[in-house]
Amino acid sequence: MSLQPLRVAALQGDEAVAEAVRQSGVDVVAAYPITPQTIIVEKLAEYAAKGNLGGEFVSVESEHSALSACVGASLTGARVFTATSSQGLAYMHEMLYNVSGMRLPVVMAVANRALSAPLVLNADHSDMMGSRDSGWIQVYAENVEEMYDRTIQLFKLCEDPRVLLPAALNFEGFILSHDKERVRLLDDEPVRRFLERPRPRHRLDPADPFTFGAMATPETYYEFRMQQSEAMETALHVFDEVERGFEGISGRRYGAVDAYNTDDADVVMVINGSAAGTMRAAARGLNAAGENVGVLSIKLFRPFPLEQVVSHLSRARAVVAMDRSMSPGAPSGPVSEDVKAALQATKPVMSVVYGIGGRDLSTEDGKKIFGMAKEGSLSGSRSVMYGVKV
Amino acid sequence: MYEQVKGLKELPADEPLSPGHRLCPGCGASIVVRQVLLAAPKDAIVANATGCLEVSTAIYPYSAWNRPWAHSAFENAAAVASGIDAGLKALSRRGEAREHPIIVFGGDGGTYDIGMQALSGALERGHRFLYVCYDNEAYMNTGIQRSGGTPRGAWTTTTQVGPAMAGKQGSKKDLLSIVVSHRVPYAATASISHWRDLMTKVRKALSKDGPTFLHVLAPCTRGWRYDPEKTIRMARLAVETRFFPLYEVEGGVYRVTFPVTSPKPVEEYLKPQGRYSHLFHPENASELETIRKEVDDNYARIEKLSQLTGQLYGQKTA
Ligand SMILES: Cc1ncc(C[n+]2csc(CCOP(=O)(O)OP(=O)(O)O)c2C)c(N)n1
Repeated sequence: MSLQPLRVAALQGDEAVAEAVRQSGVDVVAAYPITPQTIIVEKLAEYAAKGNLGGEFVSVESEHSALSACVGASLTGARVFTATSSQGLAYMHEMLYNVSGMRLPVVMAVANRALSAPLVLNADHSDMMGSRDSGWIQVYAENVEEMYDRTIQLFKLCEDPRVLLPAALNFEGFILSHDKERVRLLDDEPVRRFLERPRPRHRLDPADPFTFGAMATPETYYEFRMQQSEAMETALHVFDEVERGFEGISGRRYGAVDAYNTDDADVVMVINGSAAGTMRAAARGLNAAGENVGVLSIKLFRPFPLEQVVSHLSRARAVVAMDRSMSPGAPSGPVSEDVKAALQATKPVMSVVYGIGGRDLSTEDGKKIFGMAKEGSLSGSRSVMYGVKV
Repeated sequence: MYEQVKGLKELPADEPLSPGHRLCPGCGASIVVRQVLLAAPKDAIVANATGCLEVSTAIYPYSAWNRPWAHSAFENAAAVASGIDAGLKALSRRGEAREHPIIVFGGDGGTYDIGMQALSGALERGHRFLYVCYDNEAYMNTGIQRSGGTPRGAWTTTTQVGPAMAGKQGSKKDLLSIVVSHRVPYAATASISHWRDLMTKVRKALSKDGPTFLHVLAPCTRGWRYDPEKTIRMARLAVETRFFPLYEVEGGVYRVTFPVTSPKPVEEYLKPQGRYSHLFHPENASELETIRKEVDDNYARIEKLSQLTGQLYGQKTA
């Protein structure tokens, strides 16, 4: 198929998300500002003021109300978007479960930031990991163009009648939200056609009055949750379809995981988010010097691409999982726990915590971590806290 | 424009809230819902906060609601309504005919307390909806705990009666003043005992472009401790003793819609309710006196506000 010529722009991550939201023909945006997500909100408000947004921009008084307004708007059949970060995501926590339980296809951008106290503005994944089990599809982007692409893809995925689940697009605060990168923008029209859909059958409509948000009992609740869980499984396959469809309009495809030299490697690092690129650069450097190491980036964290992870790690001689969040008192962080569960003790999984509260991770750090894995200083079932000052 | 409600015969035969729901016999809240929705156009969309009304009318796989109905959480009904309003506006702008009245029902807990922020935000943003607070003066769903709407002296399970404390300390929050301070186009109190007044207020509210508010007293047989057949009588006594004055605020102008020229003694309202029984013990005489004074002061305040705002903003057009 012939592709539209692309417009190349230099955009900050937040700007790229806002542009994708506009092109996606969003009907309602309800959001509340928080660093480092603010640019998204401001940009969308600017579009609204210029009359370019197409939809309604609701500047709410809190994140709890942001997601609550998304519930109401989504129930009318509208396409809905919000964005938040850190404290804001924590403030939404109750509503996260409500949105997924009501099966509303809300798309949310999360500029990942560590949680207070102490207050810090910089990135780690503990905001989203704290809401890991809320029934949202969770994607981690590695760069600005991917943020742009994923925003469009997630509307398609969430609104698919086989899925009907909300999704969170995660990207590290400042590292990606404020980073200015080259983005190949699509034209409005192919995006519009890609996301075209009939209005959902179940919505607030006086001609066909439905009850939304009924109470359940122990006789019925479990089955509601089971259906949610099954929709997550289905989302794994629909994700692949959506990626293929998006490739048709953009020529770009990422996969649920990205594997670099994972076959037969001596050490494979499993990681999510922007540091995957750092670890790949480190691995390339080491491989050029005669080593044999790889990186597996988990882009789709929920639903967890279990079979792909297992198959990519099946021949690795050593596996290290890297967490950009902490779970005090637990053996290791959430990425490590999932990788351990996936491999079912077929091989040991070493675990590293890094980048907490915005602590930088350089390519040199990446090389050091590979080195630590080889020399055995990462073994043991507890995470090693890389880069902490002692 | 709106039409005044004159007689029962002009009301639709259709029942917006089906019988068979699990609210208590004599529940004031269900009467509020019926009166409000019978006065409203049939194409209304309803949002409901968590509370007695919500848990008793939609227990999966059943629903008593013959209107499109949405419940999400306890504190967010006004925010959900904001989203419904925004959604309908956006879809209408895209050429779909999606203009419907939005009516919100929230209890006093979901309105005076935990839902206050969401309500304030939604009123300030100017969404188009009618918010109805059915005020049974406590958290009834969780077992009669006090709220900001619980009146002075009332017993609840969290404002108990003993030698150290005689029911709720402090007065009931002045909800309507808070709402009015958002400069909404229309806000009013109403009582299920005065149904023509209530229904006319619903129609008036829905004729406005912007957020409107109705504060309706909803007697609760379990929480107030009176017999279920007396619900309407309780509501009427609250009005006739001036305990719950009926008034409206339209474009800043106050107006008493049911003037009570010779009020009944407030005891006539308090005495039949078990939640106030301790007030009639000699040691609590001063508390009873405080209540009497608050009731008089409040009525005088509203009358005075009617005069002053009438002069300030001009005579209102009814
Ligand atoms: C965030 C949150 N806190 C507490 C509750 C528990 N809860 C459910 S209903 C309710 C009280 C409702 O009181 P009110 O709004 O007065 O309505 P009523 O039950 O009296 O009709 C409470 C405390 C909840 N559902 N959500």
